[in-house]
Amino acid sequence: MKKTYRMKDLDCANCAAKMEAAIKQIDGVSAATVSFMTQKMTIEAVDEKFEAIVKEAVKICRKIEPDCSVVL
Amino acid sequence: MSKKQKRAFLRIVLGALLFMIALLIPQSGIGRLFLFLPAYLVVGGDVLWKACRNIAQGQVFDENFLMSIATMGAFFVGEYPEGVAVMLFYQVGELFQSYAVSRSRQSISTLMDIRPDYANVPTPDGLKQVDPEEVAVGDRIVIKAGEKVPLDGKVLEGTSTLDTSALTGEALPREVEVGDGVISGCINLTGMLTVEVTREFGESTVAKILDLVENAGSKKAKAENFITKFARWYTPAVVLGAALLAVIPPLVLGGGFANWGHRALIFLVISCPCALVISVPLSFFGGIGGASKCGVLVKGSNYLEALARTDIVVFDKTGTLTKGTFRVTELHPSGVSEQELLELAALAESYSTHPISLSLQNAYGGQKEENRVSDVEELAGYGVKALVDGRKVCVGNARLMQKIGVDCAPAEAIGTAVHVAADGVYIGYLVISDVIKEDSAAAVAALKKAGVRRTVMLTGDAKAVGEQVAGQLGLDEVHAGLLPADKVDRVEELLNRKIPGGQLVFVGDGINDAPVLSRADIGIAMGGLGSDAAIEAADVVIMDDKPSKIAVAIRISRKTLVIVKQNIVFALGVKALVLALGAFGMANMWEAVFADVGVSVIAILNASRALKTRNL
Repeated sequence: MKKTYRMKDLDCANCAAKMEAAIKQIDGVSAATVSFMTQKMTIEAVDEKFEAIVKEAVKICRKIEPDCSVVL
Repeated sequence: MSKKQKRAFLRIVLGALLFMIALLIPQSGIGRLFLFLPAYLVVGGDVLWKACRNIAQGQVFDENFLMSIATMGAFFVGEYPEGVAVMLFYQVGELFQSYAVSRSRQSISTLMDIRPDYANVPTPDGLKQVDPEEVAVGDRIVIKAGEKVPLDGKVLEGTSTLDTSALTGEALPREVEVGDGVISGCINLTGMLTVEVTREFGESTVAKILDLVENAGSKKAKAENFITKFARWYTPAVVLGAALLAVIPPLVLGGGFANWGHRALIFLVISCPCALVISVPLSFFGGIGGASKCGVLVKGSNYLEALARTDIVVFDKTGTLTKGTFRVTELHPSGVSEQELLELAALAESYSTHPISLSLQNAYGGQKEENRVSDVEELAGYGVKALVDGRKVCVGNARLMQKIGVDCAPAEAIGTAVHVAADGVYIGYLVISDVIKEDSAAAVAALKKAGVRRTVMLTGDAKAVGEQVAGQLGLDEVHAGLLPADKVDRVEELLNRKIPGGQLVFVGDGINDAPVLSRADIGIAMGGLGSDAAIEAADVVIMDDKPSKIAVAIRISRKTLVIVKQNIVFALGVKALVLALGAFGMANMWEAVFADVGVSVIAILNASRALKTRNL
């Protein structure tokens, strides 16, 4: 399954790169992008764990850039 | 400016005022610290706060933390004005940076402003505006002059002209009338149209294009991957350098911890790779945006990057270099007038829907006089027999003439020859051929000029036809009489012949050539308007049918790469220089802040040039 989420206040390009690298490390994720330009996060992952993975990704984003939020 | 940016701006102004007041009041010792501290906290309070918060989250090497350490370090060694000034300069740079990024983001999104907001649905109480997503296939919608076409469909009532420039980059408006298809994303210029929806919004042209452009960022160019990797190592390396610089030289060379500590702080200020991390993807994004403004959709930064190294361009003939529509191009009557030959052929074929007979109808003028035609007999693989005005007319290929025992002249034409016999007497032949697109020759010339080494054409047509077209267009190589599977083999062979690092581009119309499109390094599909197969299979889609757009895409790609290289060299160069100067005590913190945010702003401004496609 592949889903795209809008992000709010993603103000730092380096943080976006860090988020992307960290989300890719989550077990079950086959591809992930965090685009600073379009302010969007795309996650491609196995269906069974998708919800848990997205939760984890949101947590990662908040940890790296606390001002930034994912619109679910 | 956004709300957030306005707040930052106010903070900077207030902080700058406090800073100036502090500079004007002569004070020394602890009093001086208390003069500068308010200015520092006003300007950099949010940075300090974020630094603390991020450390609590386990994020050590972030920008905020490094800036805090650097400026607090300046305070620690008694350089209060420097500490405040550096923070001030940093904040001004950050503000500029965020403003520049949001500006280019905006200009890219206006470029892609093709999403329709509503559709007019007729109801008993008049027109009602609804979300295009709520309209189903088969529903009727009304499009007024000046409105965007919200969904793909077929015109039921009205005539108008459509501006397709947002989709194709083509300035010339397109005329539509009853029965014509309309494509979402176009703008209705003149008349009111009633349209029957043929595809729901999710499947519509506009939704597909938007989806494609938005996802283009996920296929990253090599340059982007390099930057990402580089960024991961750069910050820790510079911070480590700073730590070593603060500890080792004072022990070995002497000179005091304060002096070397100050130099180490300069390192910390330059330790963010932001200039690169922002400007490189921004350049590619701008390049993709600029290309889509010209009617070329590039599905990823990697393809945009690869296009610059195009070595061989392979064209499919029909539908790519030629229009794919057949026309009567030559008339060779024998013993009758040209008009009579055409009339008899067209009438005899008037019941057939074969493309060849359709082109005969078009050439004749279209009026069907069915009462003049009777006893029609279609002979598959041969042609048609019919009674026209009481005369027995046979229209078809040379084999048909042989079959009915009529001698026919060997046709020396390029194209398909259609022979005609009336009452057992040969009366001549017509030639039906495909028409070369107006800009095909210019397209091939432009590719040559752009440094493409070989241009090749593959076609399923006869050798004579292929060679004639290739000769007319100035192509280097032609392979004719190919089946779809042969095309893949030919492309494989050409792949072995390209120069190292070069790219093979295949250009087709997306029909029947999906395997070749995917086998080539870069597959370009023509005529993306309305053709799903093309949009799916290709890496690059040319929205109008113009082969000349390939050279445009290559030029955009090269320009984007030049900008990317400029930014990488400039940003790394300045950073390396200031790091070196800093290590030898020849740079101050001002220069370091410039190397950080100043360079970022310049690189972003440079990157936004990628959007501009006027002077390629």
